[in-house]
Amino acid sequence: MSAVEAFAPRATLNIRDVSKSYVVDEKPLPVLRNIALDVQPGEFVSIVGASGCGKSTLLRLVVGLDADYEGEILLNGRRIEGPGRERGIVFQEHRLFPWLTVEDNIALGLDGSDEPQHVLDKRVRDNIALVGLAGFEKAYPHQLSGGMAQRAAIARSLVTQPAILLLDEPLGALDSITRAYLQKELLRIWQQERVTVIMVTHDVDEAVFLSDRVVVMEPRPGRIRSIVPVGLTHPRQRASVEFARVKGEILRDLSGE
Amino acid sequence: MSDAPSLRSARPSFNAGALGRGLVIPGLIVIAWTVVTHGGLVSSNLLVPIERIIALPFTDEAGVQLWPALLASIVRLIFGFAIGASAGIALGGLMGASRLADRALGPSFNALRQITLFAWIPLLTAWFGNGDMPKIIYVAMSAFFPAALNSYIGLRGISAQYFEVASVLRLSRLTRIRKLLLPGALPSIFVGLQIALITAWLGTVSSEYAMGNGRGLGGFLLEGRGQFRMDVVVLGVVVLALVGYLINVGCAKVFRRLLAWQGDNK
Ligand SMILES: Nc1ncnc2c1ncn2[C@@H]1O[C@H](COP(=O)(O)OP(=O)(O)O)[C@@H](O)[C@H]1O
Ligand SMILES: [Mg+2]
Repeated sequence: MSAVEAFAPRATLNIRDVSKSYVVDEKPLPVLRNIALDVQPGEFVSIVGASGCGKSTLLRLVVGLDADYEGEILLNGRRIEGPGRERGIVFQEHRLFPWLTVEDNIALGLDGSDEPQHVLDKRVRDNIALVGLAGFEKAYPHQLSGGMAQRAAIARSLVTQPAILLLDEPLGALDSITRAYLQKELLRIWQQERVTVIMVTHDVDEAVFLSDRVVVMEPRPGRIRSIVPVGLTHPRQRASVEFARVKGEILRDLSGE
Repeated sequence: MSDAPSLRSARPSFNAGALGRGLVIPGLIVIAWTVVTHGGLVSSNLLVPIERIIALPFTDEAGVQLWPALLASIVRLIFGFAIGASAGIALGGLMGASRLADRALGPSFNALRQITLFAWIPLLTAWFGNGDMPKIIYVAMSAFFPAALNSYIGLRGISAQYFEVASVLRLSRLTRIRKLLLPGALPSIFVGLQIALITAWLGTVSSEYAMGNGRGLGGFLLEGRGQFRMDVVVLGVVVLALVGYLINVGCAKVFRRLLAWQGDNK
């Protein structure tokens, strides 16, 4: 039934009192202040907040692209050091290599693996099927629509079977219909893979539809204002009173009342 | 579902209209040439009728020398280009891939690049005489700079975003080179090779012309001029341009095929 056989290993993420500044014009620009967040294995957490409040920066710290911060980020109790294949990320832009086909892009994550080639090939195939791109293995990125490219990027991040998947506004650039469709797909993939997900989004509706908890951030410097548990069973009905209530609560926190 | 996977349309194959438009100017020149030479406007010693030029390499005693001359030039071009372009890609690649190499070699490279190539000819003849050696070195130098510069630009132009992907996916050094650096720089390297081939071709003929001595299209021109054979000179210039044109067309065709991943609106 499951397209991808092996389930992701379980992972607990602890973000402890993390602060981060960039240096702009030789002056420190505080971007994140005292961020504290614990994410349980298999949880789906969304982060919402005004643009510029440090959401992407936080994901970059967790994925290990930037080690210059204060505080601690622990994965299963151990401090993260640099990128690792147990953490996958889908950037806001798909960032597929334009000179590689869909399957070669996805296979990149398996580079250097010592498993036999037919196992690796199967994992690529399975992940292509998982994101619904079967038949497009040999296509180049310029031949894909925005939604398809984003799916390929998701497959590329999942092929390593990460314990944690970080998504940075993965559906932000898509039209609303494609978006609603891919939200359902994300839900299906998350349930199927049981991977821990942290997703940045500016769409409160999307956050409530998908997440177990929604982290609301406020800007300058980026801080956590509140963490809202959603507490609704899947599949969620956008038109329901409960859905609207949670959404209202998040919107209220966002506007800072 | 609006996101139904479907492929973007394939690129159109061959653009006959563009070729037609490209022939307008040469066509006009041929017509004007014919009108002028046959209209008795100019003494035929200075401007030669086009049909005589075309017949020359097959009928005329001096004209048939074109073939061995052309062959000799092309051999020089191939050797010089091969040496210069590979050295250029190697140096440009090194400077593009390593900040350290860039800092160490960049200033000298850029200083040398400023020197007009032609200025090297007296030096080269002083050092190596006027045989094949200085000519091939000159051709190699002509190819070297554009190949090096464009390889460097190609590597430096690869988006930092892709390097982030490479580190998130923990790509090995070899995979980085094969799947990111090389293909990422390739379009620019190809542009460099195309320019290098053209400059190497001009370098071939001009070094032959400037250094004299020995077979080659440059020598062919030189002799024609010495014997006041305007028709031979014109033939040489036409062939010089024709080879350059063929290099351009051939490169564009080959490189477009090799860069199929770009599609038509790269
Ligand atoms: N490399 C950088 N150098 C300096 N400032 C940066 C850099 N990256 C991001 N910033 C600044 O940090 C702040 C947070 O950016 P970001 O994390 O991208 O916000 P968000 O993803 O929430 O929109 C912004 O003010 C942005 O201008
Ligand atoms: Mg962002």
